[in-house]
Amino acid sequence: MSSTSHDGYYVPHGSYWPITASVAVFVTMLGAANWLNGSGGGSTLFVIGLILVVFMMFGWFGTVVKESLAGRYNAQVDRSFRWSMSWFIFSEVMFFAAFFGALYYARTFSIPWLGGEGSNAMTNAVLWPAFETVWPTNGPADLGGAYQIMGTWGLPAINTLILLTSGVTITWAHWGLQKNDRKQLIRGLAATVLLGFTFLCVQAYEYSHAYHALNLTLGSGIYGSTFFMLTGFHGFHVTIGAIMLTVMLVRSVRGHFTPEHHFAFEAASWYWHFVDVVWLGLFIFVYWF
Amino acid sequence: MSTDAIAHDDHHDEPAKGLMRWVTTTNHKDIGTLYLLFSLLMFFVGGAMALVIRAELFQPGLQLVDPHFFNQMTTMHALVMIFGAVMPAFVGLANWLIPMMIGAPDMALPRLNNWSFWIMPFAFTLLLATLFMDGGAPASGWTIYPPLSLQTGDAFPFLIFAIHFMGISSVMGSINIIATILNMRAPGMSLMKMPLFVWTWLITAYLLIAVMPVLAGAVTMLLTDKFFATSFFNAAGGGDPVMFQHIFWFFGHPEVYILILPAFGIISQIIPTFSRKPLFGYASMVYATASIAFLSFIVWAHHMFTVGMPLAGELFFMYATSLIAVPTGVKVFNWVATMWKGAITFETPMLFALAFVVLFTIGGFSGLMLAMAPADFQYHDTYFVVAHFHYVLVPGAIFAIMAAVYYWLPKWTGHMIDESLGRKHFWLSVIGVNILFFPQHFLGLAGMPRRIPDYALQFAEFNALSSIGAFIFGLSQLMFLWIVIKTIRGGQQASDQVWEGAKGLEWTLPSPPPYHTFETAPEIK
Repeated sequence: MSSTSHDGYYVPHGSYWPITASVAVFVTMLGAANWLNGSGGGSTLFVIGLILVVFMMFGWFGTVVKESLAGRYNAQVDRSFRWSMSWFIFSEVMFFAAFFGALYYARTFSIPWLGGEGSNAMTNAVLWPAFETVWPTNGPADLGGAYQIMGTWGLPAINTLILLTSGVTITWAHWGLQKNDRKQLIRGLAATVLLGFTFLCVQAYEYSHAYHALNLTLGSGIYGSTFFMLTGFHGFHVTIGAIMLTVMLVRSVRGHFTPEHHFAFEAASWYWHFVDVVWLGLFIFVYWF
Repeated sequence: MSTDAIAHDDHHDEPAKGLMRWVTTTNHKDIGTLYLLFSLLMFFVGGAMALVIRAELFQPGLQLVDPHFFNQMTTMHALVMIFGAVMPAFVGLANWLIPMMIGAPDMALPRLNNWSFWIMPFAFTLLLATLFMDGGAPASGWTIYPPLSLQTGDAFPFLIFAIHFMGISSVMGSINIIATILNMRAPGMSLMKMPLFVWTWLITAYLLIAVMPVLAGAVTMLLTDKFFATSFFNAAGGGDPVMFQHIFWFFGHPEVYILILPAFGIISQIIPTFSRKPLFGYASMVYATASIAFLSFIVWAHHMFTVGMPLAGELFFMYATSLIAVPTGVKVFNWVATMWKGAITFETPMLFALAFVVLFTIGGFSGLMLAMAPADFQYHDTYFVVAHFHYVLVPGAIFAIMAAVYYWLPKWTGHMIDESLGRKHFWLSVIGVNILFFPQHFLGLAGMPRRIPDYALQFAEFNALSSIGAFIFGLSQLMFLWIVIKTIRGGQQASDQVWEGAKGLEWTLPSPPPYHTFETAPEIK
């Protein structure tokens, strides 16, 4: 190991998966853009693109799994994966930062300014004389009509508990893997996956409730926009994380991973903790305060 | 089943044959070449758009194109040059050079590396296809401020998705570069022994992974504002169009350093070679680069002084921006001090590097003028701004890239460049670029607004002069193309070291280097 690990750095042969990935994403985007523009065939192209993306991911990750099982990845390759996954998660954090930034900006600046704060008395007096600074708000033009805000201590609090618990179960699964207790690994992972999908079901119910009972929609001004975009992208990331964990569960059942060599599992669990932490931010700043 | 293939047959020294070699390659040198060729192609595409702009502005009045098409040209010229020419050129150089400079067998994640490149042709297909759509290409300026950008026609979602796609490429490429530099250095290659080009790229990669996702978020909000009734940038719903400018420039200002930090690295490699002295103040160069990167995150609103910010904001961003002059000054000082009492020769790469130091500094000084909030109220959105950022990007970033190509092309191809042609290209470029951009300072100070196809009569002379410079500069780049092709096809055999004063691991390899290098790590003393 140690210093000689450098000699065996695995440089793979040429691969068709990257170009497949480019074509798949290209077709998806082409389809989505045509769909949004109302041009013909957009939705079909979009679905074809998504199918290609799924095919590509099976193929590319499958190749990586095979190479890993064949013992091609030495300690140095493992470190490359660790650096890469960490900084990938960091880039995801920055993606969420843009939306959190929008939320803070609206609450701290744009809404008080519309209400006439600071040097903006004329903005308020001339443009929106009836508008007073409040949060949540759907704006001075009452976009989307009257709505009710999403409560904090009902389903969102339960969802917080679900996600926090799933953070515990994944760690318990990891402990099982480290002491080579496969039963504990599989049970812990299965519980995590179950909690993850339960979270998504509760979230889906909450969305439906918001649209049908509360008249809270994407079009409900800045509150609706930030609420649905932040929780929506979070839910999307939970979905990705839950799929990753499902794959890890299947691989665990098939006997993959050893106590020393299981970075795929760790990467998935890092990702899971990341969506967990983002949720805490959402719970505090979107639902609570 | 696949275990029998584990043996060491993965390190053939010969590349595969045919077109598929380039499509499927995992070799950092191949991918570097692809990036550089793509960048060269986009340089000419973006350059052609620039010439449309300058041809229209040669005389006052509407001459050649209609105003809407003119706006498409200004927008697309910027997007193509930034995302298609300058950034891929730097990534191509990173691919070729970083593994060779740190003694690594390849990039850390070779397949991901291939994907980072092969996203680019597809992303630019999405972007350039908009030129032929209903309503034309995006025409709101590359900053795509709402509400104007929301009036874009069918091109709109294509623009947004193209930006998303390029962002994925940048983030994946940067992650790869970080993993390579942090994990793949040869034994003994400590961080503070790394060539400065590697350092500047490490820091640039961090800027990229921090801000490209923010741009992705910003354009996603534009997309949902247009198609899904959200109100991020709509005051009627409690949002604010100015908020877009804040989020955009939180990306945008680090982005302009992404376009210049690797150039600093290149210049810091070239000047010591041709001065035959080690770089003056290596450690301070590293710290200066890191300081510039840090400051880039807290200066963004100097792009929007006139938008109506609170006074405290104006002051904070003015002072923070002025601070950047300090580490930048350290760099310029160090380059000059490196040359001090050196045995300098003036081969083509050195000429471009010297022009970089002088002309980039002019762009830096006009940047300081723009950083002064009260003065910026006069300069904002005038040709003075255009002159400023073209000085830092053309004789700045582009000259550094050309210096790099002239400097390392003999290493890559094994052939020396035609020095006399190279010098002719240099002089035509440096004269052309100054005729092109220097008069724009005067135009801006006199009040000519940017992004406009027509202008008042008093601006006619300087505009004509600027357009003449543009065509001199633009056409002389055909010489660059010719020199590159000529060097690839043949020329005097280059030695391993190529340049007399060149130091560093890449100069210990044969010219051209074998397909795989440093499969066994070199020992660094």
